[in-house]
Amino acid sequence: MDIGGINLVTLLATLIVASVPILMAALGEMVVEKSGTLNLGVEGMMIMGAVTGFVVAVTTGNPVLGFLGGAAAGAAMAGLFALLTQVLLANQVASGLALTLFGLGLSSLMGQGWNGIRPPLTGDVPLGPLADIPVLGPILFSHDWMVYLSLILVVAIWWFLRATRAGLILRAVGESHEAAHALGYKVRRIRTGAILFGGAMAGMGGAYVSLVRVPQWTDGITSGAGWIALAIVVFASWKPWRVLMGAWLFGGISVLQLNLQAAGSRIPVEYLTMSPYIITILVLVLISSGRGRAMGAPADLGKTFHASH
Amino acid sequence: MKRRLLLATAAALMALPAASFAQGMDKVKACFIYVGPVGDGGWTYQHDLGRQALAAEYGDRVDATTYQESVPEGADSERVMTQMALSGCNIIFATSFGYMDAVNNVAAKFPNVKFEHATGYRRDHANVSTYDARFYEGRAVTGTMAGLMTKSDKIGYIGSFPIPENIQGINAAYLAAKKVNPDATMSVVWAYTWFDPAKEADAARALIEQGVDVILQHTDSTAPLAEAAKTPGVVGFGQASDMAEFKPSPRVASIIDNWAPYYIERVGALLDGTYEQGATWAGIAGGEVEIGEITDAVPAEVKTKAQEVRDAIAAGTLHPFTGPLKKQDGSDWLAEGETPDDAELAGMNFYVEGITGEIPN
Repeated sequence: MDIGGINLVTLLATLIVASVPILMAALGEMVVEKSGTLNLGVEGMMIMGAVTGFVVAVTTGNPVLGFLGGAAAGAAMAGLFALLTQVLLANQVASGLALTLFGLGLSSLMGQGWNGIRPPLTGDVPLGPLADIPVLGPILFSHDWMVYLSLILVVAIWWFLRATRAGLILRAVGESHEAAHALGYKVRRIRTGAILFGGAMAGMGGAYVSLVRVPQWTDGITSGAGWIALAIVVFASWKPWRVLMGAWLFGGISVLQLNLQAAGSRIPVEYLTMSPYIITILVLVLISSGRGRAMGAPADLGKTFHASH
Repeated sequence: MKRRLLLATAAALMALPAASFAQGMDKVKACFIYVGPVGDGGWTYQHDLGRQALAAEYGDRVDATTYQESVPEGADSERVMTQMALSGCNIIFATSFGYMDAVNNVAAKFPNVKFEHATGYRRDHANVSTYDARFYEGRAVTGTMAGLMTKSDKIGYIGSFPIPENIQGINAAYLAAKKVNPDATMSVVWAYTWFDPAKEADAARALIEQGVDVILQHTDSTAPLAEAAKTPGVVGFGQASDMAEFKPSPRVASIIDNWAPYYIERVGALLDGTYEQGATWAGIAGGEVEIGEITDAVPAEVKTKAQEVRDAIAAGTLHPFTGPLKKQDGSDWLAEGETPDDAELAGMNFYVEGITGEIPN
């Protein structure tokens, strides 16, 4: 299974782990955008989740509580965004950007004194004999539980949006808040719920960075993952399976290019380094060509709703 | 109105020090611009320790409270430094290589403000000085340890950007490792960032998957050490700062940048009127490069050998680049016993013989 000096099995296993943070954050943001709200504060919510999750996990010694703490912190940040955009009817783009700046600053403050501590380890899920299957074992059955949770969430969100009444209502709110309002649905309440969910997902993704990916706290640890998550939502044309593909593609190529360098590949480093971005753009162009309506963006995305009558 | 006030203040501030430089200054405002967060535990952290030491040294005579973290290299840094110069800073320490153009542009506009650029080489104007540390001397020590400690004979190096400072480090570490372990090979991964913990961890992981068991890093965060800690038997070194929290393993030693003496000296010179433009490049002997505690995870004979190399470099009896050496393409570089001069070192843009891979342009 070696290609160009790279073991494909370990590469795929690494890729699945490496893409968890952006996958979680992008899934959450997709639900938010499906409800018609654009929250550009993903990076801020992620990093707050990263610092809070880290602090909680170190204090309690329990990584599961850490992830819950990260989710709570992300949701709290999202609550602030919901207050600004749904209650005070502030501009969503400006509020989202402010949320990111606020999150970066506050996380740096909260993280003072937490540098250089090692968090409790998040162990792999013991899947017994499954992990010993050649090839498939290391790729699929030897990860921590967050990896499986993120994959389950892909399926759950797909099913929720596609096959449940609540999912239909959420989509209706995103497509036309006026119509949904006229039918008696609580537009602001539904959107607030989606925003909180998105925040919790981003927070958990952030906590995964500080508890598993890097296992430590340093300022600015997410370094742009939230922005990539935002891009992946558009890339995926608001479809859960494509979010998964996007996260794997981006995460995979980022990991692959480092592996190719380490393996002493003959491809010039410049091309390797830019490849994640180039391929993302290429796929985006391919997906969006020849389709009808603006690639599935919710019609009322980013519009402020005010029930005037 | 506001702008006029600002300009008037700036003009007044610029006029003031001009008159008083020759006979020194009563009070100096020293400002710092950082490429990463102070909490990175590495590069920026060490510069900030230098800033704090400066404040402690001169007390009321120096205002060293102004600094800005995480300033991207490029246009943003130019804005930040202009703002600092306008707000009355007498001396500005720009602590990243990539601030080079910005430093020289801003220096042209504020001839009475002193600019100090870390790791740079361009001094376009009389008020720009550069300072650097001979990190490659430290690399020779850690490279020696890497060569002796690797079991797979594979050493990994996480480079930040393909600039001379990185290439000096790679070459010095490789030559030192090769000297004690002829079978040692070196894999280089360019992260194209100074600070991105997730990416640095990924780079470390990629190296470990290739069988590397000793990792040297040129990036600023502790993430590669945290990644190394996940795999038993893999060791690494603290970079820029001691990174003591990863003792005794995977962090088995470290290269510490100690900027405090330089900051104290330069601001002191500004205070007593002896300040001159300069280009400082001190190493282990000058105390700017320190080797952090070598932990007990290192076999005693390896520790002794590393200390010998360190002491020989400090005493001037050993130069990390001593001929005969060839370049990667097989052409001659240094003759028997020859050492390169500083200009050649500062512009190093080739690997030495034995390193595989190409340096990106």
